[in-house]
Order: sequence, then C-alpha cells, then structure tokens
Amino acid sequence: MLKPDLLIVGAGPAGMSAAVVAARAGLSVMVVDEQPTPGGQIWRGIEANAGTARGRALGAPYLSGLATVRAFRESGAVYWPSTRVWQIEPTLRTYVTGPDGTLMIQPSAILIATGAQERPAPFRGWTLPGVMTVGAAQILLKAPGTVPAAPVWIAGCGPLALLYAHQLVRLGGAVAGFLDTRMPAPLAGAARLAAGAVLRSGRELAKGAYWYADLHRRAGRYVRGVVDLQALGTDRVEGVRYRTADGRVEEVETSLLLIHEGVVPELHTARSLGCQTRWHAGQAAYVPVLNEWGESSVPGILVAGDAAGIGGAEAAIQRGRLAALRILSRLGRLPAGQEGAEAACRKALARALAPRAFLDRIFMPRENVFLPDDDTIVCRCEELRVRDLRGALSCSVGANQLKAFTRAGMGPCQGRQCAYTVASLIANVEARPMGDVEPFRVRPPLKPVRLCDVASLAEEAAPP
Amino acid sequence: MFRLLEQGRSGEDAVTIDLDGQPVRARAGETVASVLMREAEAWCRATPVSQARRAPYCMMGVCFDCLMLVEGEGLLRACQTYVRDGMKIRRQIGARHVVPSC
Repeated sequence: MLKPDLLIVGAGPAGMSAAVVAARAGLSVMVVDEQPTPGGQIWRGIEANAGTARGRALGAPYLSGLATVRAFRESGAVYWPSTRVWQIEPTLRTYVTGPDGTLMIQPSAILIATGAQERPAPFRGWTLPGVMTVGAAQILLKAPGTVPAAPVWIAGCGPLALLYAHQLVRLGGAVAGFLDTRMPAPLAGAARLAAGAVLRSGRELAKGAYWYADLHRRAGRYVRGVVDLQALGTDRVEGVRYRTADGRVEEVETSLLLIHEGVVPELHTARSLGCQTRWHAGQAAYVPVLNEWGESSVPGILVAGDAAGIGGAEAAIQRGRLAALRILSRLGRLPAGQEGAEAACRKALARALAPRAFLDRIFMPRENVFLPDDDTIVCRCEELRVRDLRGALSCSVGANQLKAFTRAGMGPCQGRQCAYTVASLIANVEARPMGDVEPFRVRPPLKPVRLCDVASLAEEAAPP
Repeated sequence: MFRLLEQGRSGEDAVTIDLDGQPVRARAGETVASVLMREAEAWCRATPVSQARRAPYCMMGVCFDCLMLVEGEGLLRACQTYVRDGMKIRRQIGARHVVPSC
C-alpha cells in the first residue's frame, strides 16, 4: 500500500499550491484529480490554451494559472490525473480508481481541495435538455473550444455569469439576452462594503464593472429584476418564461438556456468524513468548520480552496500554502527559514479576500432559489417535486428520514443537486435557521465504482 | 446546440466514436458529453422514473445527469469520459438491466 505523508484531493489552485510547498520541503505528496490535466475548473485546459488566441480571450486571470501549473509539474509531487477518490475512511485510508486500476492509499494527512460547484437553482423546467449551467458552458469554451451555436440566453447572477458572457463575446459568440436575477442590494450596507473593497481591490472591481458595462452593450436584451423563471418545452427547451419584480411576464424562444446563481463549496468529501459544517449566511452556503490553517474538526483532515468557503483562485493558492505549512509543522518537517512564509500567505490571503464581503452582498441569491414553487423538481435524480417533499414534511422529519421516505437525495448524484433545497424546505416548514438543519448523511462510495474494481482490492489486501 | 470555434486541421478530428450506431467525429482529448452537445439530438438518456429526456447539465461531474452506456465500462458520466477512436456509446433508456460489463 502507498503511504505518502500527504494526499491531496484536487489539482486546482489550492491543491497544486499546497503540493508545491509540501513537496519542496521534502514531504512525499500524492495529488489525485479527476481531470486529465492540472488546473481545476478555473484553469481547466491551461497548458493547451496558453499561447493561443483562445487563451488570450479567456483573459489574464486564466493565463496566470500557468505559473502555478508549471511549479506543480516540477515540484516532485506524485500526480495522478483521471483518478477519482471514492472512499476515505476515518483512519484516512483512501480508495482511488484511475488508469492504473484501484488502489489503497494510507497517508498521514489529507488535504481536501475539491473546489466548488454551482449553487443548485431549481426552477420549473430546469431538467430539460438545453438547460445547462453557465459553468458547464464555460467548460465547453475552455476545452475543446465550443460556443453556443446560436445567440444564447443567460439567466442568473454572479461574477461567473458576467465573465462567461464577456469571454463568449470576445471569442465570437453572442448573447441574445441576459435575465439578471440579482436583487437590488440594500444600499447603505453595500456602500460601506464597497468603500472598503474599492480601497483594497479597486482593480478587480473595475474589471467586474467593465464586464457588466460590456454585457449591457452587447447583449441583445438585458432584463433586470427577474424573480421567476420557467424553461418551456417537453423533450427539450423551446423557450423561457420569466417574471420581473414589477410583475411583467414575458416569453422568449430559445433552444439553450444557461443558468448561474453563484457557487458553493464542495462539501461531499468533508461531510463523508464527519467534518463539521456550518451555515455561512453571508455566502448563503454551508462551509466546513475550520481553524485558521484549514484544519477541520477531524484530525488529519484539512480543507483549502473554494471547498473551504468561496474565495476565488488567489485565496485558494494562499489557503493551500497555509495548509501545507501546517501539515509540515505537525509532522515536524517544517524547514528552517519558513517563519516568514506564513505571514506572507496571510497578508496575500487578506488582500485576496478583501472584496469578498461586497461581492457576496451584491450577488446574494434571490429567496426563491431556495424555495421554488410546488411544481418544481427538487431532486433531479428521483424526479421529486417540492409538493412531494412538502407532503412528507408535514410531520417533523429531518433530511435523512425524508430521504428514506421519498428517495430524495438517494439517486446517482447523492444529493449534490438537492441537498440545499431539501435543507431550505425543512428550515421553512419548521421555522428553523438553515444552520440547525441536519444535512444528508453522505454514504459511500463518494463516486460510482464498479464491483470489479472493489473486488480487485482483494489481491492487494491478501497476506503474501 | 454548440459549435466548435476552430475547425481543426486535418488529423485533429481523427477520432470517430459510435453513438447509438451512428459514426460521430470527435476531437482527440474531448469528452463524450462535449461531442454530444454538438449533435442535433443533444440528449443522453431517458430517466428510469418517467422516461424524461436529459442532457449534460453541469459538465463537471456533480449532477450525474449525463450518464451514458460506454461499451466495456458500463454507465459512466459522459462529461468525465474522454473519447477513444471506435468507442461505442449508447443512450441509456429507462432503468438499466444488470449485465456483465467488465
């Protein structure tokens, strides 16, 4: 069995940065990642796109990832691409399946750097072919370089929606219309946050303002204050019906609708290990409970990057480095002369997080993202609607009983798409805060695994 | 639904996969889901519950809506499955039957 000092799950900004610090200090480091190349979602395909017109159109923050990827490639960390982690036991024994088959790994510490996923935003018709997330469309833009065949409708809010629209137009695509679901921010509080953010991160905010202005100019239609959405069609999307805050209802024809309502940390892995999580009201998301080093409530398990709470790529780099420094120190392997490293990381982290409270405030998701109407499918896998769940919730049941009663969260995605909506329905029915709702228990395996892959472990486990 | 930005030079499109018996050209290094999104029939399965059609939704492995049958492998997320020349892909209609797959 492989026994590295450190196993890192995820080769995005946090995982790669942690690997570089730990491997350079002499730890044996293994990094496993589902993608065939390093970069995570934000720098996906960076090695292939760098130096091309597409790379330039994706922008400087994207291209900046190349330096981290190169440092990671040269760090000496063992890198297993195209590999999925499907089980981590409390002893930290980890099971992975990749091109070399299925293996057990027994590391001394694990860093979860699995990033974020887009916030599940159920609305009527969101399961129809032709509805996909903005993040999905951006992945198709990065590799193999595809854009919507016709001018596209985008609905939602958040920096990623603005960035994608900007990148799409630069590469020759077109936005037919943008349905902006952003709520008007309460000005007093936002202004105070804005002032602080502008002082410390003026350039980033100017960039965001430019994307916004650019989108206003280039989108065929720009509709503000959209509070309700419905994708129309039977076998595929044929149109979108939307309602604005002032009660206007309109329909437009389209065969593709991209939706985005922000991003939330990937918590499945941490929760499967029993790591404590809490509700972060400012980000309208669950986050793991961590100390200032990224250590979770479970000894030996650390979390860094957006999986630790949404902060973006630069924050992820710094959190990854801090986690690696902590692991080095815990293992008694911190090299001399690293005293300044922590301070530098903390300073850069504070700078990276400076605009976050302001961004969280202005892109706070609308309330019905969490409480869609009765007809809306909540659990995509088991096709359960709000009304099906409300029926079961008429007597007090938690998320796990609800799962047993209705099968919500029991399908292939294991609740990754319905856990938020289920929690908010329970909170709503029982008039409890989101933080008090017990989450779905995460059952193994974390990712689908074939019986023959499990069976192949017998050879490794057998005594010689 | 989607189109390629740059048509590759000859050789770059060398991969051909079999989608429900039809040959479909693909780029080496792309995923099955990304090929599917350029097809006129851009859907990947009909659900076991209501036979409703589904298509790739998240493209990053967290929605599990793009499950498709890959010959020799079983039911896989098409967005996490990279094309190989001659790979046979089937849309998954309804519930899956238990058959030996490996």
